[in-house]
Amino acid sequence: MTKTILTIDDSASIRQMVSMTLTAAGLDVIEAVNGQDGYDKATTNTVHAVITDLNMPVLNGIEFIRKYRQHPSSKGIPIILLTTESDEELKRQAKEAGATGWIVKPFKQDQLLAVIKKVTGA
Amino acid sequence: MNISDPSETFRQEARELLDQLEAGLLDLEQDPSNNDLINSTFRALHTIKGSGAMFGFTAVAEFVHEFETAFDRVRKGQSAANKALIGVALDAKDHIHLLIENPDAPIDGGASILSELRVIVEEGAIDEDGEPVHAAPVAVAAPVAPVVAEAPKPAENGAKVWRLTFYLPSDALIYGTNPELLLGELAGIGPTSVLALSDRVPTLDVIDPETSYLGWQVDITTSEDPTAAIDDVFLFLRDNMELTLAPLGGADTPVAVAEAVQAASDDAMPEAPFVPEPVAKVEEAPAAKAAAPKRKPAEKAEAEKPAATSLRVPAERLDELMDRVGELVIAQARLSQIATQSSDGALKTIAEELERLSSGLRDTTMGIRMVPIGSIFSRFRRLVHDLSNDLGKPIEFITTGEETELDKTMIERLADPLVHLIRNSVDHGLESAEKRIAAGKSPTGTVRLSAVYSGAEVAISVIDDGAGLNHDRIRAKAEENGLIAPDAKLTDQELNHLIFAPGFSTANEVTALSGRGVGMDVVKRTIDGLRGTIDVSTTPGKGSVFTLRLPLTLAIIDGMLVRVGNGRYTIPLAAVEECVELPEGIEANSKGRNFLDIRGALVPYLRLREVFGLKGEADAHQKVVIVSSGEGRVGLVVDQIIGNNQAVIKQLSKLHSGIKSFSGATILGDGEVALILDTAHLVASGQSYVDRNLGRAA
Repeated sequence: MTKTILTIDDSASIRQMVSMTLTAAGLDVIEAVNGQDGYDKATTNTVHAVITDLNMPVLNGIEFIRKYRQHPSSKGIPIILLTTESDEELKRQAKEAGATGWIVKPFKQDQLLAVIKKVTGA
Repeated sequence: MNISDPSETFRQEARELLDQLEAGLLDLEQDPSNNDLINSTFRALHTIKGSGAMFGFTAVAEFVHEFETAFDRVRKGQSAANKALIGVALDAKDHIHLLIENPDAPIDGGASILSELRVIVEEGAIDEDGEPVHAAPVAVAAPVAPVVAEAPKPAENGAKVWRLTFYLPSDALIYGTNPELLLGELAGIGPTSVLALSDRVPTLDVIDPETSYLGWQVDITTSEDPTAAIDDVFLFLRDNMELTLAPLGGADTPVAVAEAVQAASDDAMPEAPFVPEPVAKVEEAPAAKAAAPKRKPAEKAEAEKPAATSLRVPAERLDELMDRVGELVIAQARLSQIATQSSDGALKTIAEELERLSSGLRDTTMGIRMVPIGSIFSRFRRLVHDLSNDLGKPIEFITTGEETELDKTMIERLADPLVHLIRNSVDHGLESAEKRIAAGKSPTGTVRLSAVYSGAEVAISVIDDGAGLNHDRIRAKAEENGLIAPDAKLTDQELNHLIFAPGFSTANEVTALSGRGVGMDVVKRTIDGLRGTIDVSTTPGKGSVFTLRLPLTLAIIDGMLVRVGNGRYTIPLAAVEECVELPEGIEANSKGRNFLDIRGALVPYLRLREVFGLKGEADAHQKVVIVSSGEGRVGLVVDQIIGNNQAVIKQLSKLHSGIKSFSGATILGDGEVALILDTAHLVASGQSYVDRNLGRAA
C-alpha cells in the first residue's frame, strides 16, 4: 500500500521540496500550512507519518505534536521534526510531546528519504 | 511562473519574508522591547536562512546566518534594538534582497554591513538589568569546539562480535517507533543474532498493550567500531533509552554510547566568530519563547501570511477570469430580460437560478482579486523612515486599516500616488523640529495613513499635523503661473484644489526629495483614472488631510439605469444620493437659474437632455438624480429612472477619449449599449455653474 506522509510547514518552498522528494519516491503527500491545519488534516486522513516544522504561526510544531498525540489516531504514527533549530532544548520539548525523530535543515533529499525509510520502512 | 521550480518559489517566499522582516524592524524601532516582534523578526530570518541553504542560495544563507547570529543577541536581551541597529538591519535586508534577486552576480557590501552590525551590537550591549554596558566589551573568542565523547576504540584485528543490549522508552510504540525497523537497520551493520528479552514484561492482568516492555540483545559481527553506526540507528531515541554496547570477549566494561557526533552533525552552520556564546550559558529561555510565539495584533505581516502562502496564480489569469465573468454576467442579464418577457415558467426558473449563480461567481471572482492594502502600507513605513533620517525631522508614522481590501490592480496603481502624497506631507507639510517647538507642538511630527470602507468605496487618507497649506503662497503661485486671474475670488476649497492643477509647482519647494518631476496633477490624474476622487482639507497651523476615495473594483460597478430621450445611461450607484421629481414650473420659480431646493440646501441641476444636445420632447414628469462627489452635489435631470443594473465596464475607444461626460460604456441585457456617466466631471461642471450664477455668496 502506498504510504501517505503529511508535511506541515509554513514555508511553501520547503513543503514543495518535501512533497516533490517524497512523491518522486512513490509516496503520497498531504500538505498543511501550520500546526492547526496539520492537526485537522492528520485527524481526518489516513497518514503513515508526519513531517512538521517547529516555528509556525497559529499552532507551532510542539503545540501540534502535543495536540495530535492527544488524538487516538496518532498512535504509532511517527512524527518527524523538520527544523533549523539545533537547540537541544527544543528537541527535548518536542520529544517529550511525542515526536519520533527530527531532520536538521538544511538537508538533502536523500537524507529526508533515509529518515522516512527509517521510521516507516517505506 | 514555472510552478515546478522550487528556487523560484523560494524567491517569492523570500520576498514576502523580507517584507515581513522590514515591517518587523520598523515596528521594533517604535517598540524596541517587544519580544513578539523580536521573535517574529528572528523567525523570518531563520526561514530565509533555512530555505536559502536548501535551494542553493549559499551566499544568502551565509549572510543571513551572520545577520541572525548578531540579531540573536537582541533576542537574548544582550543587545538593544536601537535606532542604529535597525538602520543597519534594514541595509542588511536590502542586501539580502539583492543576493536573492541576483544569485550569481558578485555583490559587494555584505562584509561592511556585517562589520557595522557587529560594532553596533557590541555597543548596544546591555546587562541583565537592561542597562547599557560600555566598559566591558565581550572578548572575541574562537568558536568553542563541541566536546565529543571519544568512544574507546578496540584493537582492529578483523571481525569482532559486539553485544548490544537495549530497552526502548516505554512510550516508543505510541510515539511511532517501530522496533522491527530498528532491528532491520542494525542488521545492515553486519550479521546479527537477535534475542528478545522478556524479563520486564508484566503479567497479563496489568499489561498495557501499547507500552514497550521488551528488551533486545543483538550480537553484531563487524570489523569496524559500530559505535557511530549504532548511534545513527538510535539517533532519535538515545537520550531516553537504555543501551549498552561492548565487544564480546574483548574489553570488559560495557560502553554507554554517549552523545557522540551529536553537536557536530546538528550544527551544519559554523558558529560565527564575532558573537561568542557567553562562557556560562545562562539563557535557554529565549529559545523556548521563540518556539511558542503568541500572535499579537502587532504582527500584522503574520496575519496576512495564510493568504500569501496558499496558491499563486499569475495576475493576468485573474484578469482573464474577470473578463469572462463579465461576459457571463452580460449574457445572464440578456437571458433574464428575455425570461421576464416570457410566460415560460421553466425558463424563468432557470434564468433566476443562473442570475443567483452568476452573481455569486462575480462576487467570488472579485473577492479573489482583493488584497489587503496593508501590503503597500508597509512599503511606506520604510519611505517615512528614510525621509525622516534624510530630512532630520523626527516623524511618527501611524497606519490604520491595513486589512481593508481593494482590487489588486488598484492597489498597484495606488502605490505611486500615495508615495507622492506621503512625501509631500513629510517634506512640505511637517515643519522642522525647531519650528514645531516654536509653534508649541511636539517636536515629533505625525503622519497618519488610514484606509476605511465607506459604502462601495474605500477612503484612504494621508493626514499630517504640520503647518497646513499656505493659501497666500498658493494664490501667489497660481497667479504667477497664470492659472487664475489676479483678482479671482476663490473659496478656500478651490484654493486647495489649485495644487492639483497641471503646471502648479512652487519653485521654492523643490528639494532633493520632492523634485522628481511628479506633481500633484499626476496624482490627481492617476486617481481620476481609477475612477476615484481626491480631496484636501487643511487647517492652518494644524495640518492637512488628503483623502482619496476609490471604488472597490475597476471591473464592475453597480449602476442606476436611466433614460434620456431614446438613449439609456448608467450612473454609478455609489455616487447617487437620492432621486426626486423635478417640480413642475421650477424654471419660473427659480427665476431662470437651475437650482433645486433639497431640504433647504440649494443644489444646481443639469438637464442631461441639454448637456447631450438631444432633440425631441421631454417626458412630462422629469426626474432628478442627485449625485455627489467629494467636491459637491449636482442634480441630473432625466426622463425616466429604469432601475439598478450591474454594469461591466468597457473602456471607450481612444477615438472617444476626449469625451468628458462619460467614463465608459456597458452592454445591457438586451444587447444595447449604455454609456456610463462620469459623475465627477458632471458635478464639477454643475459646481462651476453655481459659481457663475451665485458668485461668492454661496
